[in-house]
Order: sequence, then structure tokens, then C-alpha cells
Amino acid sequence: MTITRDDVLRVATLARLDLDDDSLDELVHELDRIVGYVRKLDELDTSDVPPTTQVAVSSAPLRPDEARPGLPTEVALREAPRSTPEGFRVPAFVDET
Amino acid sequence: MTQSLLSLSVTELAERVRGGAVPAVEIADQSLRAIRERSDLNAFCHVAEESALAAARRLDEQRRGGRPLGKLAGVPIALKDALCTHDQPTSCGSRMLLRSGDDGREHGWRSPYDATVVERLRAEGALLVGKANMDEFAMGSSSETCVYGPTRNPWDPERIPGGSSGGSAVAVAARLTSAALGSDTGGSIRQPAAHCGVVGVKPTYGRVSRYGLVAFASSLDQVGPMARDVRGAARVLEVIAGHDPKDSTSADVPVGDYEAACERGVSGLRFGVPAEYFGDGLDPSIRAAIEGVIAKIEAAGCTVTPVSLPHTDYGVATYYILATAEASSNLARFDGVRFGKRVEAPGADLQAMYGASRNAGFGREVKRRILLGTYVLSAGYYDAYYAKAQRVRTLIRQDFDRVFQDVDVLITPTSPTVAFRIGERLDDPLAMYMADVYTLPASLAGIPGISVPCGLTTVQDGRDSSPELPIGVQLLCPMFEEERLFAAAAGVEELVRAT
Repeated sequence: MTITRDDVLRVATLARLDLDDDSLDELVHELDRIVGYVRKLDELDTSDVPPTTQVAVSSAPLRPDEARPGLPTEVALREAPRSTPEGFRVPAFVDET
Repeated sequence: MTQSLLSLSVTELAERVRGGAVPAVEIADQSLRAIRERSDLNAFCHVAEESALAAARRLDEQRRGGRPLGKLAGVPIALKDALCTHDQPTSCGSRMLLRSGDDGREHGWRSPYDATVVERLRAEGALLVGKANMDEFAMGSSSETCVYGPTRNPWDPERIPGGSSGGSAVAVAARLTSAALGSDTGGSIRQPAAHCGVVGVKPTYGRVSRYGLVAFASSLDQVGPMARDVRGAARVLEVIAGHDPKDSTSADVPVGDYEAACERGVSGLRFGVPAEYFGDGLDPSIRAAIEGVIAKIEAAGCTVTPVSLPHTDYGVATYYILATAEASSNLARFDGVRFGKRVEAPGADLQAMYGASRNAGFGREVKRRILLGTYVLSAGYYDAYYAKAQRVRTLIRQDFDRVFQDVDVLITPTSPTVAFRIGERLDDPLAMYMADVYTLPASLAGIPGISVPCGLTTVQDGRDSSPELPIGVQLLCPMFEEERLFAAAAGVEELVRAT
């Protein structure tokens, strides 16, 4: 086994993803199989090979850095699950006590 | 014949509307009726009845007023539900983007803007009749993971249409629309096109703007057309292609005359046949069909040379590291704050709200990929997986660069198998990933590819019926050589139809 239950729980925390307990064992098994498969790349010696991060950036020009109008506030807030007239409403995340 | 107009090609239909022979309203009517009649295929998750009819009425008025009509006047087009539309909901096939409306029913997210490709289609008079089903967040090869349920293949409704742009392919194949847009990250246009017997194009990375395409893997995603013939796909690509300042990866490279290129045919082109695309796992009937196409190309006077792309076998592993890594980052935006699903227990803090919303909103395959992508990017694993895959991606690109010094076009099968049965691979992610083995390398290299129907095969699967299923041949060209790609594809289409 390459992937353990603890690995999956650690990664799920990083990904901000709660997992249901009943799906966890199966996920561990599936991810272990996939990671086992992708280790196939170890067969190749890539020590002298540069990485590819993008394939066509040289032909993609930058646009001038000019201020443009953005979305009006009420449009930006239109689909928010919870909002105030000024912004998105979220649970408290700073302990003010 | 109630569907006679929908059996016309994109170009024929547009020319009739422009010439005044056919009112656009009649086409919109026929398309909307066909979509309703074939709701069993589950190709659409939203039908834009009113706005499509309104657009058609405007076109007809425009024509009566003597004003010129666009290149896609009156052509009904389906949009993959990953493309943002200001007047139609967008769900990307996910529960994450569904919300309960005032009427108590669930609706997709309403984008404040149109994707650039959508704007361009509207400007040329296309009738946007609805949003097509897809695998959730485009993560799949079968269109089964959609929150609206599986899409069915019109050739055999017990089978998948391919994916992730399955609804788009079905809309075109079943003649519900004349064309469709899909998106291709690792084969999501070409593979469903092959399984449904239509033409599907993945343009060069950077050729088409992704502004307004819900992002999956940003170094790979590309929007492209589907149609029933090569020329129709060429016309749609001409409309949607070209630089867009709103997409920083959009290339400032002139758009060619793809429709004119279709006249050239295969004459003078040098074809390469990569040995690695004909190995174990290729269905014998598909091998025979592709070899039949190759024989016709040779008989037409083209040179056909065996070539080698030695790193092909590493494409699937490379892709699933890079695409999932990018997806894990892109999908971080779905956090229950600005749009989409939110689950918030009383007294829950922000982190708990994130975790619960994402657990409730994402389906199983999406969770698998977010976890894998987070894993390969995490401290201690980054070099072994992500950085390694970026280096192997270079080797895969170099394979293509090398063979394109000697040949103009590569010819391969699009998919190793015909459309499989619904449910067959759903519990076996690795088997599902292998469906894209022949389309992934071109995505990693950024080069353009097309799938063209090249025959049918009868499947004996032990049931009463023995359905005939389509086979697709894939053609690949160097970056930004779409004109050559369309010349080759139209030539191959003609050779296939001549027999």
C-alpha cells in the first residue's frame, strides 16, 4: 500500500473536503491503485529533461494594465448563498473574544 | 419529414437561411421539437425555448429588412454546460452549482456574462437552443457522472456516448442540433465524437478563448466544435477562434480559412502512422477500420510512413497527475461563499462550512481527483509526482516535434474501443481513464486534433440486439496548423464516403 487512510484524511483536510466515513475505505483503495499506476513514470530517467508548464505562452500577448469597470456589486452578489447589501456573508472566522 | 431541416449540414442550413429559403423560426421549432421528442437520450439539461425562438424571430426580421446575416444564421447549436451563458443556467453537471429557487426546484447557477465563444456564436446568428449534459466538471469519459443522470448513445441507448462532452455529441448525432460546442482537456470532444459518429475538433491550445469556460485543467482545456461533417466544424471553429484579451492564454495567431482548406483534400500530404497507437488493447474491428482508411489514403497517392512516439504509454499517468493537480487548484473556488451550494450547520465556523459544502456539492469522481491532485502537489510528494509529470510532458511533446519533421499529419484511432455499456466502468476509475489513451498525448502537447467518423462495426454482446456502433479516426497536426488538419480531415471524410 502506498496510500494509507491517514494520507487521505491529511489530503482531505488540505483540500477542505469533509469525507463521509462510509466512503473513506473505498477512496483509500481507489487512490492507492491510481497512485500505484502513475508511479509508472519512475521507469523514465528525466534528470536532464526540463519541465513543461505551459505549451503556448510565447504567442499569448499580455494586455495593457488598465483599470476597467468590474461587475456591479448587486450582480456579483446575485448568486451568493448568503449576502448583505455590501458583501458575502460567511460564518465568523476570527475569534474576537 | 418533420426533421428534414436538421438533416442539413451547418453550411447548407446557414446558406438557406441567408438566402431566405428557410425561416430561422422554422429551424428553431424543429430543433426544439426534436429535443423534446428525444428527451430519453438525456442530452440536454436546459432547453432555451424562448430565447432560441426570440433569436430566430430577430434573424427573420433582419433578413426581411435586407440586412446581412451571419455565418451561422439559423444554425441550432448545443452548448456544453461548462460554458457560461447570461440567459441560461450553467451547472457543469454538478450539484455544486445547483441551488433551490423560489419555486422550490433546483436551478443551475446564473452567470452574469457570456463566454467569449458564446458571444461570438450569437454575433454570427447561431440559435443557442440549450445546454448539453456532461460529466461532472468535465471529469469523465462517459457522461455518466452528471448530476442529471447519464446521457445515452443514440446508436444504442444502453451505451455511453463518451465524454465528457457527451450531451454535445448526442445532440449532433441524433440531429437535435446541427452543431455543438464541447471542451477537450484530454479527449472530451474527440472521444464522444468518435462514439457517436460525428466530427469533433480539439483546436491548438490557445486557439480558442476559454473566457467563460468553467476551468478544469488550465494548461490543457480547450473549447472546440462538433458537427456532422468536417466543413461544418470548420465554419464553427472559424467563428469561435481568435485572440481574446480576456484569456491570457489565448494566442495572437491569425485564424485561417478553415472552410476553404476543406477543398484541398489529402493531396500532397505526408501521413505518419504511430506504431504505439496500434498495440494491445485496440479493438480488432477498430484496427481494421483505421487500416482501411490508411489504404485509401495511400491509394489516393499520399505517402504513408510508420513512425514512433515512444512515450505514448506514459500519457495516461502524466495526464492524471497534471490534470488532477490543476483541478484541485481550480476547484478551490467552489467553497459555498460566492455562488453554488452551501451547507452550514448551526454554529459552524468557516472551515466547517467549506468542508461540508464541498462534501455535499462534489460527486465521487470529482472528489477522487481533488484528493489525487492535492496529494501530488503536497509537501514531500511534489517532486516525485507533479514535477516528474511535467518533465515527462516534455518528452511527449518532443516525440511529436520529432515526427512532425518528417510527416504532415498523424493518423490514429480516436478510441481503443467502441462505446461501452452504461455502468461498465463506473466503479473502475483506471479502466475509465484508459478510454482516453489515444487522445491524451495530443492534449499534453497542445497540438490540434480531429475525430472523423470512418465506419461502423456490429457488436455481438450476447443480448438480443447486435447494435451497429460508430468508429472514429483521429488526425493530429503541429500547433496552429488547423488549416492542414481540416484539409486532411475533409479529404479523409471524402475517401470514407466514397466507398
